[in-house]
Amino acid sequence: MPLRIVVATGSSVPIYRQVVEQVRLAAATGRAKAGDALPSVRTLAEELVVNPNTIAKAYGELVREGIAEAQPGRGVFIAAKRSVYSRAERARRVEGALEEFIHEAVCLGMPEEEIRALFEKRLSRADFKQGEDKP
Amino acid sequence: MSEMVSNSVRKSEGESGNEPVIVADKLTRYFGRKAVVHDLSLSIPRGGVTAFLGRNGSGKTTTIRMLLGMLEPTRGSSRLLGHDSRNLPPETRARIGYMAEAHPLYGWMRPAQLADFQRRFYPRWNQELFEAIVAHFRIDSKTKAGQLSRGQRAGVSLGLTLAAEPELLILDDPALGLDPVARRLLLETMLFYTRGKGRTILFSSHQLDDVERVADHVAILDHAILRASCPMEVFRGRVREVVLRFDGQAPPTPSVPGLLRTQRFERELRLTVANFNGHAQELAARAGAAAVEENELGFQDQVLAYMGDRGDESFFLNSLRAEA
Repeated sequence: MPLRIVVATGSSVPIYRQVVEQVRLAAATGRAKAGDALPSVRTLAEELVVNPNTIAKAYGELVREGIAEAQPGRGVFIAAKRSVYSRAERARRVEGALEEFIHEAVCLGMPEEEIRALFEKRLSRADFKQGEDKP
Repeated sequence: MSEMVSNSVRKSEGESGNEPVIVADKLTRYFGRKAVVHDLSLSIPRGGVTAFLGRNGSGKTTTIRMLLGMLEPTRGSSRLLGHDSRNLPPETRARIGYMAEAHPLYGWMRPAQLADFQRRFYPRWNQELFEAIVAHFRIDSKTKAGQLSRGQRAGVSLGLTLAAEPELLILDDPALGLDPVARRLLLETMLFYTRGKGRTILFSSHQLDDVERVADHVAILDHAILRASCPMEVFRGRVREVVLRFDGQAPPTPSVPGLLRTQRFERELRLTVANFNGHAQELAARAGAAAVEENELGFQDQVLAYMGDRGDESFFLNSLRAEA
């Protein structure tokens, strides 16, 4: 099934970043596979009714991040390699997610020990092979 | 091929391809003793869609009318496609499409007659495009203009304007009074127009959702003064909110460069800041805040921050609650 991208106006996330994040997520979770074509800039811009420059910018960012690759004359495709962040960038992103997780847990009144236990339990269940060059 | 032809035409008129299509230099207009537009300087490059934002009465229409040479500035000057606005040669005027506020049309004419009338003035008239746009807006071209809905009138206006194949399109509040369906058709037509190479749109609007979709440049006019003009992505990135939380009553607003708006709550100050330097902790320490948080804002809140009155605001609901 082709990758479906949707955008919403009025969000604190700019439209180009909504596009980037959806493609990034699709690539990370395997919903979009290496070699899958992204819609052309014009097609997606017309489908979403947004300025084509916005889509071009999003694709540019995806290419820079190594999530997609541009093949001149053919279009833009999901790239094979996925681990593309610098160590610092990776740390920043994970810390952001962690912050949100802890914030939610504390707000819901979960005791510290329980948070820790939950984290450990989920971590032990995680498959660390996942995401590495899966076909 | 046609692009090369029009390029050579441009050159023969003494324009370079890189010159901005719209340049305003300290454009100023007084009505009586009131400055309606004050010292407005602006440069819009070829290509792209610029949204011209501001409250009613902020000077948008007056600016547009001066740019088009329909109104004499009190001071300052402007150029469109390389020519002084006060003296646009007819050939240049024919390369500019303009749609006035509220889509005025001759009510007794049918769309097809309007097109026959209009095409005589435009050497590059594209009848097929006119018919396509009118069909896109689901308009029966045999209905008299006076009997069309507002959205349909907008469609006919747009068809008449775009069929002339202008290089520069200036739309004064084209979405005014349109229902959501007609607004979407308008956006689609605007995006379709930008498919042509080197085509530029300047449009004013209050529909910020639409602006967020189609604009790649934002210009904001408030109380006669141009307060922002930058690429959309820069604007989205640079106007942010800093929330300061206090243990007790919030103190007077600390001075922050680029402060656009302050919202005051019981133990909280929300500052909307342009080009925030990122030193949130330092600001919190200086203001004596217990906690600080930096947030991204939606486009609407960003724009509103430029249009509010200066100084502190607090919601009138807060005072109501206090009394209750």
